[in-house]
Amino acid sequence: MNFPCGRAFAAVAFFGLVLLAPRMAMAVQPDEIMADANLEARARHLSAELRCMVCQNESIDDSNAELARDLRILVRERLQAGDSDEAIRAFLIQRYGDFILLRPPFKATTWLLWGAPFLVLVVGAAGVILAARRRRTRFEDARILTDSERAKLKTLLEEEGS
Amino acid sequence: MIVETGHYALVLALALALVNSVLPIWGSVTGDRRLMAVAPSVALMGFGLVAYAFFALTYAHVASDFSLANVVENSHSAKPLIYKISGVWGNHEGSMLLWVLVLALFAAAVALFSSSMPDDLRANVLAVQSWIASAFLLFILLTSNPFARLANAPAEGNDLNPLLQDPGLAIHPPLLYLGYVGLSITYSFAAAALISGRIDAVFARFVRPWTLLAWICLTLGIAMGSYWAYYTLGWGGFWFWDPVENASLMPWLAATALLHCTAVMEKREALKIWTIFLAILAFSLSLIGTFLVRSGVLTSVHAFASDPQRGIFILLILVVFIGGSLALFAWRAGGLKQGGLFAPVSREGALVLNNLLLTTCCATVFIGTLYPLALEALTGEKISVGPPFFNLTFAPLFAPLFVLMPIGQNLAWKRGDFFGAAQRLIVAIGAGLIAMLALAAWRGGPVVSVVLSGLAIYVIVGSFADLGRRLFVGGGATAIMGAGQRALRLPRQAFGTAFAHAGLGVTLLGLAATGWGAEKITALRPGDEVEIGPYQLTFESVQPRAGPNFAERIGRTAIRSSGVLIATIEPSTRFYPARKMNRSEAGIATIGLGQVYMSIADVAANGSVNARVFWKPLVSLIWIGALIMAFGGCLSLSDRGFRIGVARRAAKAAASSPQPAE
Repeated sequence: MNFPCGRAFAAVAFFGLVLLAPRMAMAVQPDEIMADANLEARARHLSAELRCMVCQNESIDDSNAELARDLRILVRERLQAGDSDEAIRAFLIQRYGDFILLRPPFKATTWLLWGAPFLVLVVGAAGVILAARRRRTRFEDARILTDSERAKLKTLLEEEGS
Repeated sequence: MIVETGHYALVLALALALVNSVLPIWGSVTGDRRLMAVAPSVALMGFGLVAYAFFALTYAHVASDFSLANVVENSHSAKPLIYKISGVWGNHEGSMLLWVLVLALFAAAVALFSSSMPDDLRANVLAVQSWIASAFLLFILLTSNPFARLANAPAEGNDLNPLLQDPGLAIHPPLLYLGYVGLSITYSFAAAALISGRIDAVFARFVRPWTLLAWICLTLGIAMGSYWAYYTLGWGGFWFWDPVENASLMPWLAATALLHCTAVMEKREALKIWTIFLAILAFSLSLIGTFLVRSGVLTSVHAFASDPQRGIFILLILVVFIGGSLALFAWRAGGLKQGGLFAPVSREGALVLNNLLLTTCCATVFIGTLYPLALEALTGEKISVGPPFFNLTFAPLFAPLFVLMPIGQNLAWKRGDFFGAAQRLIVAIGAGLIAMLALAAWRGGPVVSVVLSGLAIYVIVGSFADLGRRLFVGGGATAIMGAGQRALRLPRQAFGTAFAHAGLGVTLLGLAATGWGAEKITALRPGDEVEIGPYQLTFESVQPRAGPNFAERIGRTAIRSSGVLIATIEPSTRFYPARKMNRSEAGIATIGLGQVYMSIADVAANGSVNARVFWKPLVSLIWIGALIMAFGGCLSLSDRGFRIGVARRAAKAAASSPQPAE
């Protein structure tokens, strides 16, 4: 029995949560690496954003699982055959669904996800600006002297001067 | 017998927690001092009982008492002593007991060290803390009893998961829990303040040291966990945006924001409502993290549905405490008086911006973590939200913080001068730009790394700009002579802030430098050589070696720099017979601030070994930065301004100053 999944480890490490999955090898293996360095770089980049279907939230590039190895080899075969990154991704989505993408696609059910950081920031900023405006009016009010204060100041200054 | 007394102690602790949940509050409502005075002693007793229960479980683990289900499942007689002890919290039941122990510890600490607090505030704080304790003690006793006995005790245990048999487990969870659960105190303070309706600078002074303490532990705990994952995992990663990691990052972000806005509330009595809200939020995120991790909902929504008992219970706790506190907040917040005034460009303004960005970061992590769960529960559609999402959204939100951090430090309270602040940072800006140009000319490499390194240098130098200006007044020799004396007179908090901020810059530098790293994946036979970064590695031999409860195969590798031997590393694969599991142990040599990192797989049929070798320049700075942050936190904590005595004087001053008659 082994830990094919690093992510499973992270879970263990952080809270003692144990997620088990079968068998062992070691992420990307030497025999998988392509001769063409450019293609290999593309392969690594692609596989870093593809989820291992066996593991928890781990890319096939990092995963030790057998299925991840199969997918890494598949990606490399497709690259060798001259497919574009997009075509490979499309092929994998067709096979496994959007679940395989670690970078979720932008579509009707995910726009809220992608837009959320921006939305939170805008709503938060609006809140801050509103509060600041309210504060500024009070701030300016606090700076302007009332008539009685002005009169008092005048007498004080005159006393000083005399 | 000891085991049964431990179980009994836990039941008693629950009874005491229930008592403490009611009497002090009753006392503070009716103004009965005797009832309020019950709280500290009961809190101390409660801590004693939980500590005893924890001791009893530890005893069972150390003595390998295999009549306990918990010990059988997680221990083995041949396991080294340190892992017998750390194994106590290396499982669900034990870690929940540790959770409650930390909760009780903080209650006891408040009882002991806050005699200067107003009686009713302290009574309310301890009562709220007891509500939380009651809920979780009930959770342990009803769903996760660590003291359950087996009718037929086996002769040997199943051993602890090999991945957990590491010094990391001895340190990481306790630290993380001290931070995670330590935030319960800020929650209790906020709830108590809302109940009593008194929210002022005194409140901020009392709550700040506790927040800082929890923050220090949380910072160290997260860094420790990240380093542990780094050296045990085998491919050199240190942060994965795993939901479990996110669960600890969210409270950290909230606590960091809270720390900054309590500063505003303490000094200027502004942002009161927001401070209270963040105090509630920080611990709520801890609770949500506990729920995510403990309920199994992360594994899949279906796993949660098939064994929902624990999950439902924690969910219930979650709803009651978060919902309850927010309701209390909604009820009371409207009545709060507005505090001190400030212009948009001012220290307060900068801290508001800090809070806005940190909370947005926190919300992003929260949504990214929970979105797939919600989507699957609602529509059945499965998506993955992984590192690419978080890198794309989190980084642009966090980067402005680095730019603003030194500027904010150099703005005056109330009304600041932006250009003046920028002028004071001229050295830092210059240093950052020069670093950027030098790195671009010398190392080249990814633009992101160059830019982030420059930003990091700017942050590190900029963090000390304010301090430097206050120390080196005037010019020439007299300035340097006077600096020492002035350093002694400056509040330690000023140094703490500088170090904590610089620490974040140091971490950023370590992160930026990952872009200059090198990686090689190759099959090695004894005698083979590999070039990695500036070093030459010689794979010398593969040898078997026996450990206390495992057998390992080590790949001895020599590291040379232009022919000179610098270090020898021994990456290994280990086999643990009790669980029939393998794990790899990376070989790491720290050279300067960088590391050569190597992990190996099992020996293949043809006698070669698959190896992954990395050169990671400056990588140790990632964790050194966290240590510096924590050090800065400790400096601030040791500041006299943070000590309770000052709060006491402030409280007295507030009490003695003329009050309108009631």
